[in-house]
Amino acid sequence: MSDSGLRLAAEARGAARPGGSPSQAFLRRFRRHPLALVSLLVLLLLGAASASAPLVEQAFGFTAEDIDLLARSAPPSAKHPLGTDELGRDLLLRLLHGGRVSLLVGLSAALVSATIGTALGLLAGYLGGRVDALLMRLADSVIALPLLPLLIVLAAVDLTKLGLSPELANASSTNLWRIVLIVSLVGWTTTARLVRGTVLSLRAREYVRAAEALGAGPARILWRHILPNALSPVIVATTLSIGNVILLESVLSFLGLGIQPPLPSWGNMLTGAQETLWSAPMLAVWPGLLIFVTVIAANFLGDGLQDALDPRTERR
Amino acid sequence: MTAYLARRLAESLVVLFLMSVVVYALIGLMPGDPIDLMITADPNLTQQDVARLKALYGLDEPLHERYWNWLTAALSGDLGYSRLFARPVEEILLPRLGNTLLLMGLAFAAAALIALPGAMLAARRPGGAADGAVNLAAFAGISLPPFWLAILLIMLFSVTLGWLPAGGMGEGGVVATATHLALPVLALTLASVGGHLRYLRASLIEALRADHIRTARAKGLSEPQVVWGHALRNALIPYVTILALDFGTLFSGALVTETIFGWLGMGKTIYDAILGNDYNLALVGLLLATATVLLANLLADLAYAWLDPRVSYR
Repeated sequence: MSDSGLRLAAEARGAARPGGSPSQAFLRRFRRHPLALVSLLVLLLLGAASASAPLVEQAFGFTAEDIDLLARSAPPSAKHPLGTDELGRDLLLRLLHGGRVSLLVGLSAALVSATIGTALGLLAGYLGGRVDALLMRLADSVIALPLLPLLIVLAAVDLTKLGLSPELANASSTNLWRIVLIVSLVGWTTTARLVRGTVLSLRAREYVRAAEALGAGPARILWRHILPNALSPVIVATTLSIGNVILLESVLSFLGLGIQPPLPSWGNMLTGAQETLWSAPMLAVWPGLLIFVTVIAANFLGDGLQDALDPRTERR
Repeated sequence: MTAYLARRLAESLVVLFLMSVVVYALIGLMPGDPIDLMITADPNLTQQDVARLKALYGLDEPLHERYWNWLTAALSGDLGYSRLFARPVEEILLPRLGNTLLLMGLAFAAAALIALPGAMLAARRPGGAADGAVNLAAFAGISLPPFWLAILLIMLFSVTLGWLPAGGMGEGGVVATATHLALPVLALTLASVGGHLRYLRASLIEALRADHIRTARAKGLSEPQVVWGHALRNALIPYVTILALDFGTLFSGALVTETIFGWLGMGKTIYDAILGNDYNLALVGLLLATATVLLANLLADLAYAWLDPRVSYR
C-alpha cells in the first residue's frame, strides 16, 4: 500500500475519533463519567429488585403484609434478612414493595412534568410575546413560592367534594396518581425554561426559516424541526427531576399526606420511624438510605447525560 | 429604580392575591368543614339547625361571595380566629414567624459559611481532586431526604450520644433555647448546604475565567487577593439571585425540620392547622409565608443592584 493510501486509511479510522456518528460521540462522552455509569446500573438494579418483589415473596413463602407476631421489631435473621418492623412485617419485602411505589411515582411524575414542561416551553419559545411573558412569570412564581405547604393543602383536598365517588376517591390507585399529578404541578418549570431557551435559539436557524419559507405551519415546524433538536435538554431535565420528584413524594408520604398506608412507599415507611428510634433504629435507616441512593444516582446520571449530550463538552 | 420597585411590589401583590384565591378555593374542598364538625360534636342537631348555622356563618353563600367577605374583612385587619387555639390567628402566627426566621436565618448563614471555603477550594483547580470531593459532597447534600437526615441526627446526638434534646422549644433562658435549636439548625443547614456549594462553586469558577482575573494574576497579586478582591464579588451576584429564588425551598425545608423537632415555627403551624382542620389558621399562615418569601425575593433584587452597579432597572 502506498504512503497516501496509508494516510487515507488512517484518516478514515481517525475520522471516527473526534467526530463519529452522534450516538458514538455520545457513548464516548458518557463513558467518561464512571459515576453516571454506576448510577445507571444502580437504578436498573433497584428497579429490577423492586419489580421482582412478588417473586421474592414466593421464594420466602410469605408476603409483605403478613404479620409475624412472634417477631416484632426483630433483628435480622435467616427468615427475615433485614428484620421486621414494629408490626412484625418483613422489612426487606416492604422495602421492595415500597420501591415499586416510589420508583413508579418518581418515573411517572418526572415524565408528566417533562411533558407539561416541554409543551409549555415550546409554546413560550415559539409564540413569544405575551404568551411567553405570562408563562415565564408563572414559572417564576411557582419556583419562588413556598411549595411544600401548598402541596400539603393540595394533598389534603377531599376528592369526594370534587364529585368523585367515595370508593374511587379512596382507592389506592387514585391516591397514587393524585400524588403523581400534585408533584408534576410544580415539577415542570425547569424543563419549560430549558426548552424555551433552546426553541428561542433554534427558531432563528436557517433550516427553520427555510421550512417556514416552504410553507410549513407552526405545528409541523415545532414537531418536526424544533422538538427533535430540543430533546437533549428535555432528557437531562427529566433525569434530574426524577430525584427531586422522589424526594418530594417521600416528604409528602412521610408527613402522612402522600402515599397512604397500607400501601408502602419509602417515604411513609419512615413516618413511624421517629417513635421506634430507641427500640428499632434500623427501621429508620433502610428506607431513607434507599431514597438517598436512588436520588443521588438519578442526579449523577442526569449530570453525566448533560455532559454527554452536549457536543460543546468535547474537549479532552 | 423607584418605578422598578413599585412594579415588582405590584407583581408580588398580584401573586399574593392569586395565591389567596387558590388556597381559599382549595380549603373549601378540604374534609370536615366547620358545620360537619359541629354535627359530629352534637348528634342532636336537626336539619333546620344545620341550615341556621350555615346562614349564621355565611356558609350558604356561593364561594366567590364568601371569598369577597373574607378578603374585605382581612384587608380591614380582621384575620379571623384559629379553631385549634381559639385566639386571633395573628397572635399565634407572628411569634411563630419569628421562630421560623430565627431557624432559617441561622441555617442560611451556616450553610453560606460552609459553602464559601468549600467553593473556593473547589474553584482553585476545577476538575482536580478537591473539586471532585466538593462536588461529591454537594451532590450528596442535594440528594439527602431532609426528614431522614433529621432522624439520623436525632439518632446520633439524642439517642446514642445523649448530648442534645430530640425536640421541643426549651423552657427559660438562652442556653435552653440554644440546645433545642442546635439540631434543627444543623439539619436544615446540611439539607441546604449542597445547593449553596453547587451555586457558589459554579459562579466562582465562571468569575475566575474573566479577563481581569488573568490581568490581576499577571500583575503578581497573590491568590487570596485575586479571589477575595476580584472574583468573589462577581461570583456573589448569581449566587445571591439563585439563593433568593430558593428561599421558598428553604421554607419547605424548615417545615419538615420544624415538624420533626417540634420547633414551633410557621411551617409546623401550617402543617398542624391543615391536619387539625383549622383552615383559617392554615390559610392566613400560608399567605404570611408567601408574603415573606416574596419579600425575600424583593430584597435579593435590591442586593443584586448593590452588588452589581451595571444592572439597570427599567
